[in-house]
Amino acid sequence: MQNNLLSGLKEHENKLLTIWSQLLIDGGSDDGAVEEEESKEFASLFLKAAAAAEGKIQDSQEFEKVEDLIVGIASSRGKRGFSPRENAQYLITFKEAASKILSELIKDPEQLFDANLQLNAALDNMTILTFEAFMRGREDIISRQVDEISEISTPVITVWEGVVALPIIGTLDSSRTQIVMENLLQQIVDTGSSIAILDISGVPAVDSLVAQHLIKTVSATRLMGAECIISGIRPEIAQTVVHLGIDLTGIITKASLASALKTAFDMLQLSVVKRKIV
Amino acid sequence: MKSRIMTTISNSKEEALIVKEQDVVPLRNRVKEYGVKIGMSILNQTKLITATSELVRNLLKYGGGGKVIIESVSNGRDNGVRVTFIDNGPGIANVELAMKDGYSTGKSLGLGLPGTKRLVNEFDIKTELGNGTTVTITKWKNG
Amino acid sequence: MERIPILKMGDFLLVTIQVDLYDQLAENLESDLINTISKHSSKGVLIDISAVSIIDSFMGRILGNIAVMSKIMDAQTVVVGMQPAVAITLVELGLSLNGVISALNVEKGMDLLRSKMQISDNEEQDYDDDIE
Repeated sequence: MQNNLLSGLKEHENKLLTIWSQLLIDGGSDDGAVEEEESKEFASLFLKAAAAAEGKIQDSQEFEKVEDLIVGIASSRGKRGFSPRENAQYLITFKEAASKILSELIKDPEQLFDANLQLNAALDNMTILTFEAFMRGREDIISRQVDEISEISTPVITVWEGVVALPIIGTLDSSRTQIVMENLLQQIVDTGSSIAILDISGVPAVDSLVAQHLIKTVSATRLMGAECIISGIRPEIAQTVVHLGIDLTGIITKASLASALKTAFDMLQLSVVKRKIV
Repeated sequence: MKSRIMTTISNSKEEALIVKEQDVVPLRNRVKEYGVKIGMSILNQTKLITATSELVRNLLKYGGGGKVIIESVSNGRDNGVRVTFIDNGPGIANVELAMKDGYSTGKSLGLGLPGTKRLVNEFDIKTELGNGTTVTITKWKNG
Repeated sequence: MERIPILKMGDFLLVTIQVDLYDQLAENLESDLINTISKHSSKGVLIDISAVSIIDSFMGRILGNIAVMSKIMDAQTVVVGMQPAVAITLVELGLSLNGVISALNVEKGMDLLRSKMQISDNEEQDYDDDIE
């Protein structure tokens, strides 16, 4: 088993912190990048793990805590606007500081080389972890925003007793179609509306996939016993639909929301008349 | 060294023997409970249970009954339910053909396998003539 | 053996499915319903599936069968109360339930059946050359 050559660092914790802070400041991250508390916590935990380890530091129980801590630090720094580069720099300077102290502590060149190898192995892996944590943080933000966008962009409006309308703004992909369908059908049930108008004026382009999603929505509405009218067919949409050979003949389509509403009134045997002034 | 690579891990698991049609409803309910436990939406629950219903019918009709494993799984990003259907029946001679819309050897509508595949996020079929068929489906909570 | 009750209301038959269907139960419903239509010469069948949480290809086929069979026996079938999740799942599955007429709820389903019957009554009156 390899001897643990890093245990000696523990006694020089304060010195290491001083060198590390200096290196961070020299490295240009002087604008608040040096978070005293978290740096102290990290250094002390790392050195504790280093002192406790019998063989390689990575194998010790304590090291998992260090890893968890650096992941936490990296994601919180990510949220505060630090770049992944700065996060990596944070660990690289720590390594530099530790390496400096090691060269003072260990005189035998061979031992010093081994000690540096151990230090490298431990910290390089942590650098990768900070990158992963940063990416995960970003992905969480993106997926939350996607959820928010799809929620706010699918309002269902009751336009008349028995008629609901859903204006779709933006691109229709399969996950959004599912939300649109769920919202629309649930509103149909809740309001007891027998006609739904799907307005696609705000959909930038209709390709065969979007058309397929629209057809699915219409089919599901009909299965429940309601009728679905698609309105807002712009001239260029009509052109693409025909050029792509998409069959929309089974679906009631209207150019504008107004004409869709008129069709809905006809189906409900309602008529709008101008009041006569006597 | 602790591995942080995202792999699907199984959290809880149970097995059910399916030998007769009356076993189907309790099985569907168990699968539903797994979906409810991880907070799956009604729609995704319905898709998962419908897929289960289709596959368990195949298991009874073509496989002569068999074993179903229900698992709660996660891949680090999302939680899901995985259901595995194992039978010792004759197997499927041509899987590619069976996965095409409109194909069926039985008297059902012939959209069993491809339709079922559309309802779930992951669909895997292993079959060998004379050695039975194993179908594994996974539905993610947000899938 | 478990059976789904069929209620007779005048010219109509009313079926409310309150339990989760399995294949045998659905098959029994099909034959019971067709026999009852024949026994009472019913003109309409209303099937309430609002409590049904799943319909797979087999049950979908049974619903289609019932619609077509009753049509041949001169009875109109209306399926009411399908849950949104069930409708979306059926569409994804590729099942369109051809021949099945649906309505949102029991009330609308009854209206639909009555209007269908009036149309066929009118047709008979037309035949007698006796309009209004």
